[in-house]
Amino acid sequence: MSSNPFPLSRDELLRAYRTMRTIRDFEERLHFEFAKGDIPGFVHLYAGEEACATGIMMHLTDIDRIASTHRGHGHCIAKGVDVHEMMAEIYGKATGSCRGKGGSMHIADLSKGMMGANGILGAGAPLICGAALASKFRGDHGVGVTFFGDGAANQGTVLESMNLAAVWNLPVLFVVENNGYAEATSVEYATAVDSYVDRASGFGMPGVTVDGTDFFAVYEAAGEIIRRAREGGGPALLECSVTRFYGHFEGDAQTYKAKGENEFNRANRDCLKIFRARVCDAELASERDFALIDVEVAALIDAAVSSAKDAPLPHARELLTDVYVSY
Amino acid sequence: MTRKISFKTAINEALDLEMTRDPNVILLGEDIVGGSGAPGEADAWGGVLGVTKGLYAKHGGRLLDTPLSESAYVGAAIGAAACGMRPVAELMFIDFMGVCFDQIFNQAAKFRYMFGGKAKTPVVIRAMVGAGFRAAAQHSQMLTPLFTHIPGLKVVCPSNAYEAKGLLIQAIRDDDPVIFCEHKNLYGLECEVPEESYAIPFGEANIAREGKDVTIVSYGLTVNRALEAAERLARKDRVEAEVIDLRTLSPIDWDTVLESVESTGRLVVVDEANPRCSLASDVAAYVAQHAFGALKAAPQMVTAPHTPTPFSPSLEDLYVPSTDAIVAAVGKTIARAKAA
Repeated sequence: MSSNPFPLSRDELLRAYRTMRTIRDFEERLHFEFAKGDIPGFVHLYAGEEACATGIMMHLTDIDRIASTHRGHGHCIAKGVDVHEMMAEIYGKATGSCRGKGGSMHIADLSKGMMGANGILGAGAPLICGAALASKFRGDHGVGVTFFGDGAANQGTVLESMNLAAVWNLPVLFVVENNGYAEATSVEYATAVDSYVDRASGFGMPGVTVDGTDFFAVYEAAGEIIRRAREGGGPALLECSVTRFYGHFEGDAQTYKAKGENEFNRANRDCLKIFRARVCDAELASERDFALIDVEVAALIDAAVSSAKDAPLPHARELLTDVYVSY
Repeated sequence: MTRKISFKTAINEALDLEMTRDPNVILLGEDIVGGSGAPGEADAWGGVLGVTKGLYAKHGGRLLDTPLSESAYVGAAIGAAACGMRPVAELMFIDFMGVCFDQIFNQAAKFRYMFGGKAKTPVVIRAMVGAGFRAAAQHSQMLTPLFTHIPGLKVVCPSNAYEAKGLLIQAIRDDDPVIFCEHKNLYGLECEVPEESYAIPFGEANIAREGKDVTIVSYGLTVNRALEAAERLARKDRVEAEVIDLRTLSPIDWDTVLESVESTGRLVVVDEANPRCSLASDVAAYVAQHAFGALKAAPQMVTAPHTPTPFSPSLEDLYVPSTDAIVAAVGKTIARAKAA
């Protein structure tokens, strides 16, 4: 075996791949199951953006907290939320992460530092400032990461939070997942600057743009700014250019995209394919290693879907529980 | 031991006692220290009306002046609460809620339910409410009904210094998000307040005055007007009004209200908020539904009109429910009862 050109061990590389594969299969399967009409409500898929969540979350532990978006399944999986519970939640079942009361847009697991997917664009940014403030008061060296898209980057909450994090020197990483579309509106149309890094400069914090389909680029850039934040260096912004293989929501006909755009991205900008090729080229893992993980993950997703389908619905009394701690 | 202190001092004492008791209590707000980073005194203001004055000297960095960014710092208080702190955010005027409402009603209020009971968000958001300060339409509102409408929030509005201290201590210890409404025209009002710490439980109304002829339900500043009206009615008309101070609007103590109306048969609700979908309409509807048989007359509502708060003192004095209006409303319930 040749020398390792990557900053990760073989085991870590395979773990990263397993996470990305799990996200991809989870989302592809939801696309399929949603089309059958079995899944209630709104579902926004993360397929195509896996390297971003994974490359960042590889640097975090349970003391670090993240605030996610409406497109949150990938962040949940990469942060260690149980896949069976997530699937059951999306099916609205009693065994779900939130006992069927949150759904796809509100999956949370505070014990894993996952402060919730969020149905309100940009709403996670103030919340993660609070999480980082709590870490600062506690002195636990935890960092906070808030994800938002190129669209939500234009929300006042995000901009206010960038200023707040900067003036309070909070350990916060602002991650723009720029997939080119705010729902159906292009980033060129809706955002006045060419790069979100310009916004970071405006708030006196460092910013960097990386190719979000390149796991290693994300991993290295995130590692540096997370380390800096953990050591008291303050907030930073990371813009990941990613692709969204599906529409804004399931059922979106995507007629605003160019003809052949999805096919091109799947052929040329698939972060899993790119990762696999680079690791195989470096001879740190073989196609067989990856194929074995593919089989394991496929079985995991199969099991998650069938157990979610078989799981009981919430009891009617759950309608009225957990509004308050006490009332 | 008790002594006379103002409503403002009572709030300050409650914050001080809880900060001393629990290191997780932190305060965030615009100018709550007042002067951070400026060349003069470090804690020049202690809040825009001086409510937090002196706390910085005792608790230092646990008081954080914020940028003028309500969404960011109210959201940060909520996020920190979800991570185990007990933040008290000061919004200055409740009218500023419009710029950070999402963090309150879509985030703080819903975490526990949306996350299947796995979250706790013990945050207090303090804000000044109410008219009579010549502060015009954007600094004078009584927006309590906006918050009572939302499941997941608790809403508190004390009527005097004693109530303010005990209710704020309870709010800080409470594990749910609390909107704590302080009537700015009560800040200078003094009453006997114990020096020691005490908590007034939520959802327990206070019978501020006992009476057998009519029930007057109110909260906040207008409790004091209701008491004035009750004294006048007793003196001039030999009508004994029972005055109920709700203290907390969510949860609300329906039992005390119903019990009183069942004994008096007459209800007047006094609410400084605008009339539509207000506490006044809420209480009137609840009583009509649950104690219809006991009513000797139609419930009366005394509220602000369905207008913004005017600036000119001559108009503003007409806006806030007056003692005269309360007396007149009681008169209507009695006249109708007699007519029947």
